[in-house]
Amino acid sequence: MKKTAFYLVLIGLAVFCLGPLFWQFLTSLKPDAEITRLPPLWPHHLTFVHYVAVFAGRPFLRIIFNSALVAMLTTGFALAIGSLAAFALARLPVVGKAFILGAVLSISMFPPIATVSPLYVIIRTLGLRDTPWALAFTYTTFSLPLTVWILTRFFRSVPRELFHAARVDGCSPFQTFVRVFVPLAAPGLFATAILVFIYSWNEFLFALTFTSTTRSRTIPVEIALFPGLHEMPWGDIAAASIIVTLPLVVLVFAFQRRIVEGLTAGSIKG
Amino acid sequence: MKDRGEVMVFPAGAALLLVAAYPVVLVFWFSLCRKNPIFGVSEFIGLANYQHLFAEPRFWNALKNTVYFTGVSVTLEMILGLSVALLLNRVFRGRGMMRAIILVPWAIPTVVSARMWEWMYNTDFGVLNYLLGTQVNWLGDPFWAMNAAIFMDVWKTTPFVVLLLTAGLQVIPRELYAAARIDGAGGWATFWRVTLPLLLPTILVVLLFRTLDAFRIFDAIYVLTGGGPANTTETLSIYAYKSLFQTLQFGYGSALAVVVFVCVGLISVLYIRLLSGQARR
Repeated sequence: MKKTAFYLVLIGLAVFCLGPLFWQFLTSLKPDAEITRLPPLWPHHLTFVHYVAVFAGRPFLRIIFNSALVAMLTTGFALAIGSLAAFALARLPVVGKAFILGAVLSISMFPPIATVSPLYVIIRTLGLRDTPWALAFTYTTFSLPLTVWILTRFFRSVPRELFHAARVDGCSPFQTFVRVFVPLAAPGLFATAILVFIYSWNEFLFALTFTSTTRSRTIPVEIALFPGLHEMPWGDIAAASIIVTLPLVVLVFAFQRRIVEGLTAGSIKG
Repeated sequence: MKDRGEVMVFPAGAALLLVAAYPVVLVFWFSLCRKNPIFGVSEFIGLANYQHLFAEPRFWNALKNTVYFTGVSVTLEMILGLSVALLLNRVFRGRGMMRAIILVPWAIPTVVSARMWEWMYNTDFGVLNYLLGTQVNWLGDPFWAMNAAIFMDVWKTTPFVVLLLTAGLQVIPRELYAAARIDGAGGWATFWRVTLPLLLPTILVVLLFRTLDAFRIFDAIYVLTGGGPANTTETLSIYAYKSLFQTLQFGYGSALAVVVFVCVGLISVLYIRLLSGQARR
């Protein structure tokens, strides 16, 4: 009896979490006539017109490409320079180590609105406005605190003896990092990569400010600006939402354990 | 062997200095100027932006909205999150599945979730009015609009709270629960005397993260309501953004951004004090 109640609460929780997304999915499959009519909740005719409309006559594929490009550049940069710094902070002598870690942590608390106006001016001056680079550089920087914190923890968990053994065998610190620490901390690197990827795939404020055309516009901006001439194209918006959310849902179901590890390493145990 | 790590820290340090720290210095400078980047106007005017700002009802309204949003949403998220975390803190079949389901709202882009809720809140065709049998104009009514935004935020971020609190709960040694049971403590007493005190550091960390995130809220409300109706959902970040990029008052908008920055700084100092007090005990 108690067990039944427990599972009922679980089902309620699952409905609460997935319900809105499922409703958006149903909306995306309904013909316009049924979207503006309730009841019934369930569609009578399924249609893919909204999915076709999202791509037809719109540069949506280009927008997805921009988002993927920015997210991959960001993930690559952040992991490369973040893991290097984390390795040094975990295993090498660095002047002012505690101060550096504290500074990194406080940068993670910066509200984006506080840096958006100077960054806009800098990016304009450098001629980087409306390029993927503007976003990739900004996102890399603001995902560094998370990256450095998580990876410093992971590198610290690699036994110190391995570091010394590699050094005695003639590896330079950099070789030790690449040949010993990176392979051993692969799960941590992977967890971090997922978090950074999701962050840059979803970010809105900088993307809204630094992009102006389809040349560099990313998915969140496109969906926020999704224009309707007279009425809101609810079906099209729903279809676009489902398309861009699907990769994230797949990531979440495939790697939930890693994601939770990364999230908790980045915040609780630090 | 004289290994040094400075060279390896340099690229990350340089990026953080140039793209995060330097802009913050600049934003303080901008806030002391009359500035319009499009027409190349830039003139030092001292504290005039701040004088103007503190005299303006729209600023106090935005501050009030931000505080209300932060207070209510974070309180609800913590209560709900703690309840669910306690519930899930046991071994059951399909636990991994459940974790993945809980992660879905967290992973959905904020803009997409705002669009989803905007559609559900729709007065005529929204599923919410249909299910409740009401005819409320959720996003057009000054009372409901802010609470609708809060509800959306609760949906989106409670999962994050649940995950972190669950992780905190798992660190509490099982023996303590067993000992409490032997001492004759009931469920309630165990919660108040064992679980809550030991979970407190985690709770404070989660509170810190959530409060900071809620205080700088921008995208969720900007897309859901745009700050309307009649500025009843306009938060400080939204007001700052509009001043910066819609009315192009770069100096004034930067002054607003500085206010957000200073508030966030004060909140973190407060929490970190609480946390280090906890650690010392």
